[in-house]
Amino acid sequence: MTEPALEVMGLLFAYPDGTQALFGVDFTVDRGERVALLGPNGAGKTTLVMHLNGILTTQSGSVSVGGLSVSKESLREIRRRVGVVFQDPDDQLFMPTVKEDVAFGPANLGIRGEELEARVLDALAAVGMAEAIDRAPHHLSFGQRRRVAVATVLAMEPEILVLDEPSSNLDPAGRRELAEILKGLDITMLMVTHDLPYALELCPRSVVMNGGSIVADGPTVDLLSDDELMRANRLELPFGFYPAEAMRGARLDPV
Amino acid sequence: MSGPHAHALYVHGHTRVHGLAPQCKLAAQLLFVIAVVATPREAFWAFAIYAAILVGLIRLAELPVGFVLKRLVIEVPFVLFAVLLPFIGRGERTDIFGLSLAVEGLWGAWNILAKATIGLGASILVAATTTMPEFLRGFERLHLPKAFTSTASFMIRYFDVIADEMRRMKVARQARGYDPRWLWQARAVAASAGSLFIRSYERGERVYQAMLSRGYTGSLPRVDEAPATGATWAAALTVPAAAAAIATIAWVVRA
Repeated sequence: MTEPALEVMGLLFAYPDGTQALFGVDFTVDRGERVALLGPNGAGKTTLVMHLNGILTTQSGSVSVGGLSVSKESLREIRRRVGVVFQDPDDQLFMPTVKEDVAFGPANLGIRGEELEARVLDALAAVGMAEAIDRAPHHLSFGQRRRVAVATVLAMEPEILVLDEPSSNLDPAGRRELAEILKGLDITMLMVTHDLPYALELCPRSVVMNGGSIVADGPTVDLLSDDELMRANRLELPFGFYPAEAMRGARLDPV
Repeated sequence: MSGPHAHALYVHGHTRVHGLAPQCKLAAQLLFVIAVVATPREAFWAFAIYAAILVGLIRLAELPVGFVLKRLVIEVPFVLFAVLLPFIGRGERTDIFGLSLAVEGLWGAWNILAKATIGLGASILVAATTTMPEFLRGFERLHLPKAFTSTASFMIRYFDVIADEMRRMKVARQARGYDPRWLWQARAVAASAGSLFIRSYERGERVYQAMLSRGYTGSLPRVDEAPATGATWAAALTVPAAAAAIATIAWVVRA
């Protein structure tokens, strides 16, 4: 199996009102890679994510997942392969109980009975939320809801996990807990984020988008250390944060 | 401690009444109430038996007596109306404690009071032993249209989310010194309602996208457990069957 987990080629997209959002996006993600997708607001990151599982239809160019090209015919399989975790867990969790919500995806794939049960339990266990199985989503904390949202996607056993702003609105402990969970998952990951230290911690490689196309692609630590690139793309590190030093610190003190 | 899906009327418990399949409870309640309503008002003994059955079930469900009595208070407006009947009724009159009361009105009042109290008691019993998701599953099992059950399910899920948004908007208005005293100052409230509508609409769109991403194709998958067994139905239906028998006997005796 040599084909990449995700391959985007020459992707162009304009919204119905004429706004051109993507101006030819090319990049690939290999199996098992964790890649951060960085860029300022309005860069086209969300538009790109919407193409990865066919929510938006490709106008020009192509997207393929594990060698399967995204089209109307392949939509069902594509949506199994690509698990998207949206930014607001309240949008993702819409069933009355956590259990039913996690079961929603695999049930749509036609899985029933004991296997469905097992999928739900495994997915919740993977994010440390097994004890919340019978609870209602609105009775969980925000961090717990985000973790359940990840579980709803894991239950579909996707090949690639796409996360939209996974650390947003989390308190520092919730942010760290989620990072530990994500690091523990053996899965290809594409993470859209403004949280640059988070990208550095979780993703060895980053892709920078601006104005609807890819402007940089390389090791996260190199991109974040490139002052000129950072300034040109409205990317900013927190005060006193030096990526190279952070990486050295992390190596001395492995998590 | 209220359960995870506590609605205001729910009392957490693990009794046989709690454990009964929701569809059986709902059907049994409806049939029981029909039997009670169909009973001739002169059959005092029949109402005594109904009340005894109900009290027995409430004991079985381990509901606190105070809780049930408090919930019965909702009946008061109807009872007030019933109390008026003997005074305003026409026709034959009788003297009770020196008050001249209409015989027909007395019967009418008794009829309303007895049937409403028993019917309400049955509703309280079912509501107190059934969680929201169970209600939804029960309705679905009873073949209510999917459109109804899924709409109800979304409504329950998002009620808190939207109420929360509404509260935040109210706080934001107050934080900027909004303290309406006159009708024309209500404009801000109207504008908030409008933007709440737009926000909810947009959320609906995001939820839909999240559903599509997990393979939604137009109908919510049914993942509930096995249907209720004949034995469960038999157990649940003994109550309305007994009530129906009593109602029939009451009519036969009266004729």
